[in-house]
Amino acid sequence: MGRLIGRRLLFLLPVLFGILAAVFVTMRIVPGDPARLVAGPDAGPEELAAIRHQFGLDLPLHVQFGRYLLDVLRGEFGQSLKTQRPVLDEIVPRLWNTALLAVLSTFFAAALGLLAGIVAAARRNSTFDHMTMAVAMLGVSTPSFYLGIVLIVVFAVMLRLFPAGGSGGLIHLILPAVTLGASTLGIVARMTRASMIDVLDEDYIRTARAKGVRERVIVARHALRNALLPVIAVVALQFGFVLAGSVLVETVFSFPGIGWLIVESISMRDFPVVQGSILLVTFVSVLVNLAADLLYGYADPRIKF
Amino acid sequence: MPIPASSSRPAAAAWRRFTRNRAAVAGLALVLFFLLMAAFGPWVAPHDPLKQQLDGALAGPSWSHGLGRDELGRDILSRILHGARISLGMALGASLIAAGAGVTVGLVAAYRGGGLEEILMRLVDVVLAFPGFLLAIAVVSALGPGIVNVAVAVGVNTMPGFARIAHSTAHAMKETEHVAAARALGNSGPRILWRHILPNCLAPIVVQFTLRMGTVVVIGSGLSFLGLGAQPPSPEWGAMLSTAREYLRTAPHLSLVPGLAILLLVLAWNLLGDGLTEALNPKLNRS
Repeated sequence: MGRLIGRRLLFLLPVLFGILAAVFVTMRIVPGDPARLVAGPDAGPEELAAIRHQFGLDLPLHVQFGRYLLDVLRGEFGQSLKTQRPVLDEIVPRLWNTALLAVLSTFFAAALGLLAGIVAAARRNSTFDHMTMAVAMLGVSTPSFYLGIVLIVVFAVMLRLFPAGGSGGLIHLILPAVTLGASTLGIVARMTRASMIDVLDEDYIRTARAKGVRERVIVARHALRNALLPVIAVVALQFGFVLAGSVLVETVFSFPGIGWLIVESISMRDFPVVQGSILLVTFVSVLVNLAADLLYGYADPRIKF
Repeated sequence: MPIPASSSRPAAAAWRRFTRNRAAVAGLALVLFFLLMAAFGPWVAPHDPLKQQLDGALAGPSWSHGLGRDELGRDILSRILHGARISLGMALGASLIAAGAGVTVGLVAAYRGGGLEEILMRLVDVVLAFPGFLLAIAVVSALGPGIVNVAVAVGVNTMPGFARIAHSTAHAMKETEHVAAARALGNSGPRILWRHILPNCLAPIVVQFTLRMGTVVVIGSGLSFLGLGAQPPSPEWGAMLSTAREYLRTAPHLSLVPGLAILLLVLAWNLLGDGLTEALNPKLNRS
């Protein structure tokens, strides 16, 4: 297992390098002068040159990239142009908030999606099955920013059951988590149903039925275990999308996570923070996917890497 | 030479399977409806989508303004009809960029092989490693806001799926006898790719196109919602929703319509994509 993890991490290096290069290049084609942002509109050319020198912006591009790589390896993501604080200090508390939201929404989506998918598969072609799949399709197709607005109007403005936004306890997390998880819920329900139907058609299930095992036991004990594998993969893969999706959901709910930080920093042209946030979220997502791959291999001994 | 009857049978069978799937037919009908709306919407719109009339701001639906008026008194129905062209055009543009770039990369990588293939496909892996639409946000924040920039950003973000499909299909095609024959006849590499390999990759690429359109619409309108895409006073649906968010307590109907329009457009493409996938891969049909 140790060797396997080592090999997978080695495969990851070119991808991580590529991500760093892509973000670096993207942020360098930004029109406008970052030094002007720090110095303000009234700064003279000497002051601008000094700031460019301070941030290394006057160096050749390849030297800047080399420095940037070394800095990232040391865990230094530079300074926020707006607050002058280290970027990591700005990002980390926000990342925790987003992680909490993402975990909660994934848990909610996986649990409910699994349940709906299992029941739909066990009652194939019933009204429940058709209804569940229709709702799942709606969940997949509803943009999170629209669902968030609808939930705010219904549950915060009309019914006054939940706060319309902000942070400060579990109650502030419920509407954003449901919004963020809706699409994953739909995907998990559809995937679980398809996977369960595949397994329920297998010979060993027919054998169990022939032996007189009760249907509930067949579904819960024999079918579910094997049907779960592709679902685990989908849930893990979705986690990255949930993290990225937080940008929209956090904006709708004014939730102080990393997604909202990215949007705020873009509007203030604070590119070190944008760069650091995108890098960190992408790294986390890549690592979660790697963990899922390994877990998947561990759960199903037939899979070889 | 007459075309043998058997060659049209798979297509006819796929079409029969497609038309039997009510959800897929509904998806196709909705897509056609939105395409018609984008083509003729501006002509049937009852009012000027940009004309402000502040004394009627935030008014609810009435006989003269069927879907009500926005914060500047503009007719919401007219804005939705005009916005269809922008929202759908942006999504189609992004998907065409993604398909064009992705298919070219995939075909060239598969045909040339060797070091070039390795480099191109690893680049595709890097793009694929970015979660969700984070890369699109990075690209559009660098290029600056605007519809064309959003189409480019979403196109880059969506490209890997097309590259992988074209790559794997072309890889299989490369070894077939008719490609070997084309090569033996002295055809050039680009001609073989264009005339002999690409036509055989078209079916999975078309399916991928319809399947991805829903996501592309969400990402494109999502970027406009964040203020990175279409700018006011454009009646793009995501941008309309973004402005409407300020009036959730006083005029919730402002956000209802553009949001519903985006939802239906996404749903339409998803149903069509699912239907096409099932029609072309009957083994997947588990109903």
